[in-house]
This record gives sequence, C-alpha cells and structure tokens, in this order.
Amino acid sequence: MTSTAFDIELPLLLEAVYRKYHYDFRGYAAASLKRRLTQAMDRFGCQTLSQLQDRLLHEAALFPALLDFLTVQVSEMFRDPAYFRALREKVVPLLRTYPSLKVWVAGCSTGEEVYSMAILLQEEGLLERSLIYATDINAGALERAQAGIYDAARIGGFTENHRKSGARSSLSDYYTAAYGKAVFDKSLKTNIVFADHSLSTDSAFSEVQLVSCRNVLIYFDRQLQDRVLGLFSDSLCRKGFLGLGAKESLRFSSHSYAFSDFAPGDKIFQKEAS
Amino acid sequence: MTPQAPATRDIDAVAIGASAGGVEVLSVLLSALPASCRASFFIVMHIPRERPSLLADVFNARCALPVREAEDKEPVQPGTVYFAPPDYHLLLDRGPALALSSDEPVHFSRPSIDVLFDSAADVYGERLLGLILTGANQDGAEGLAAVGRAGGRTVVQEPGGAAVPFLPEAALQVGPVDFVLPLAQLQELFATWGTR
Repeated sequence: MTSTAFDIELPLLLEAVYRKYHYDFRGYAAASLKRRLTQAMDRFGCQTLSQLQDRLLHEAALFPALLDFLTVQVSEMFRDPAYFRALREKVVPLLRTYPSLKVWVAGCSTGEEVYSMAILLQEEGLLERSLIYATDINAGALERAQAGIYDAARIGGFTENHRKSGARSSLSDYYTAAYGKAVFDKSLKTNIVFADHSLSTDSAFSEVQLVSCRNVLIYFDRQLQDRVLGLFSDSLCRKGFLGLGAKESLRFSSHSYAFSDFAPGDKIFQKEAS
Repeated sequence: MTPQAPATRDIDAVAIGASAGGVEVLSVLLSALPASCRASFFIVMHIPRERPSLLADVFNARCALPVREAEDKEPVQPGTVYFAPPDYHLLLDRGPALALSSDEPVHFSRPSIDVLFDSAADVYGERLLGLILTGANQDGAEGLAAVGRAGGRTVVQEPGGAAVPFLPEAALQVGPVDFVLPLAQLQELFATWGTR
C-alpha cells in the first residue's frame, strides 16, 4: 500500500479549509474528494494539492469555485422513480394523517429533488399543508435551487422519471419553457424554505415527518455518516420516515436500532424508538 | 503459458473494464478462476441504468470465487469479485475499501471504467493489474494509462478477437500497454492465477 504525497496533503488542505472558511470536509470519503480535487487542481492550474492549499489560504475569491468542485451534485428530477412511487404508495397514506407536515430534503444541491418532492405532495393534495426545508452548504447551489430553472434538454428525462413514479399529472403542468430553459412554477416554492445548513457541523432545527437525503451519505466517511443519521433521528417525529439513496444503508450505523426497514428495497426507513 | 503474459503472484487486485460484448468474455474468464485465487477483482461493465443488475447473481453461479455487487464503504476481501452497481461509480479507497459515488458520468458512463481504474491505481499501485476487454466506448483507455503510471500491469484484450474492438484499440492508442492477449490466453492467465 503506497502512501503518496497527495495522501499527506489531503488532510492538511481540508484542515486549512476548515480553519479559514469554516467548511468542514474532514469527514468526507477520500476517494471521491481526491477525484474532485484533482479536477480542481487542473482547473486552477496547480501541480500539487499544496499549491492549491497555498492559493486557497491567500486568495479568498478562489473558495466559492472550489466549493462547487467539492459539493455540487447534479441530480435529476424523480431520480430512481421507484423511490418516489414507494413514497407515494406507502408513505403518503400515513403522512395524510398529520394535520400539518414538515419535510426535510437534506443536501438538496441545485434543487431537482426538492421540486420532485413538491410536485409529488401537490399531486397528492398535501403541498398546501406542508413545509419543505431544502438545505445545502453551497450558497450558489441553493440560489440555483431557489431559481428553479433547468435546461430544457433535461426535461425529457425528468418527464420520463416523473411518469414512472406513478404521476397523477403531467410534469408540463409545473413549468414554463422559454429560451431553452424550463422555469418551475412559483407556486411550488410558496411552501419551500431554502436554507444554509451543514450536516457536518450544524444541529437539528425542527421536528419533521419525512427526511429525504439521497446520494449524500455516500460522500461521507462512516463517522460522519453516523453523525448525520443521528441528526435525522433527532429531527424525525416518532414513526417519521427517512429516505436514502439506492446504495445507502443504515447497516454500519450506531443509529440503525432506531429505525425499521419500512419499504425494503426502496430505502425508506421508519423511526421506531426515540 | 507463454512468457508474454504477466506474472500474477504479486498482484493483489485486478480492475476490469468492458462494455459491449463483455458478458460473454467475462463469463469465460471468471469461470476459469481457481478457488485458491487470493486476488480481489473489481469490474465495471457498462449496463443500462435503472435496471437492477443481475450480473453478480449470474456470475456467482459460474465462478469459484464469491461474486458480489459492490457496497459503499465495504472492506475489500481477498479472493472476491465485485461488480459496480448500475448508475454509480465504483472507486477504491484506503483500507482498502470500496466506495460508491453519484458524480456525473464520465464519457457518458456511470459506472465509469476510468474512475475505477484511477482510484484503484492510487490505492494498489504496482500490485494492481488493469484489464481492458471488448467495448464500444473509449471510457477505460485513460484509466488504463493511469494504472501503468502507478506501476501496475496493463493488459488489453487483442482487438482483432474482441466482439467490439473500439475500447481495446482506444486503450492501445493511449498506451503504453504491457500485454495484448487473445481471449484464449487471457483464459489461461485466469485459470493459473497466483501460480506464476
């Protein structure tokens, strides 16, 4: 097993970023970070991670661009239609029993998952009495999420996913197409709160009935995964629901005892103990 | 075995990339592996997304080693074959452990062969063998070069005998490649794995 200069430089750079900019990537999984930082080095013309660290410490203007390399996840609307179908068929009937609903889309990036959730709740007649918290650590991504504007070229895929999720309406009911863009309806946003929140360093902020956090935990090491699952457990009401990505699980977590496998195969868990 | 094949005794890990025509070739190679093999195998096959992958199940029945779909953060076991799940990149991390990512596709591919090979080269260095098989996409050519730069062995299926020669040819163009072997010789290499 070789230990390269990069392996030594990586934790140093993450420590520098944490101390200078208060963004904590120290608990992120190394393999993906490494790939993204290599791309960032290319982009900024740095030969080594130490050079990148030097520039980051002395050129604050560089940091937002680096943040995009480290955090932005391009997702799609209704990615993994089976997940949304399971939410619709198995979870929604229980969510209906609450007089008001709070849903947390954690690590929402540019918002595709948030609008998917809002459209699903609208189709099920629940959006009006729901509040969706859409959180991320990247302010630029949150702004894009809030704008709700996506390339028209991506709409075909979104529409197909939406249809497979058991749609009760047409996706085109929710956006206006113009100049190669699709602008999602403002009315969807009335019940969405976009907010800066770090899963690495911030705490629970509200009691919610559903947390959807998909393909975020795979970027964290086990220790950070455990912290985040603890946050979700603290945030969820008793019998509340947690939705994870297709390849994520509670298996290695100390919080696994707090959840039951509600929709096996669809990665939807229900909080049991409190 | 001719001397024109790599020694396998010092190889801890094998990264394999294939797309079109890959199932048939993998079927030949994985069923040739002896149960005594201690290397770990990581395989990216380009497959349609959104379809639960049957690859691991199919090959598990035909291979003397356990064949599994890779899980995130799973410690790598010797003598085990791992397939990348559909719609996720498979990477190697220190440990060694498996890691998955949902990053954007590379060469229109997720999982991407380049992503697997790059990260495996970092973790295993000279104890890695990279193998490029039949395929219709250039994803994998750059990754194989990264394996070579890290001191690992690089092997490509002879394009003339490959169902779809595009990927092997792309790998040879990016090069350098240590061994170019026809399927029969690859099969022999797998059958005698660890003995030479």
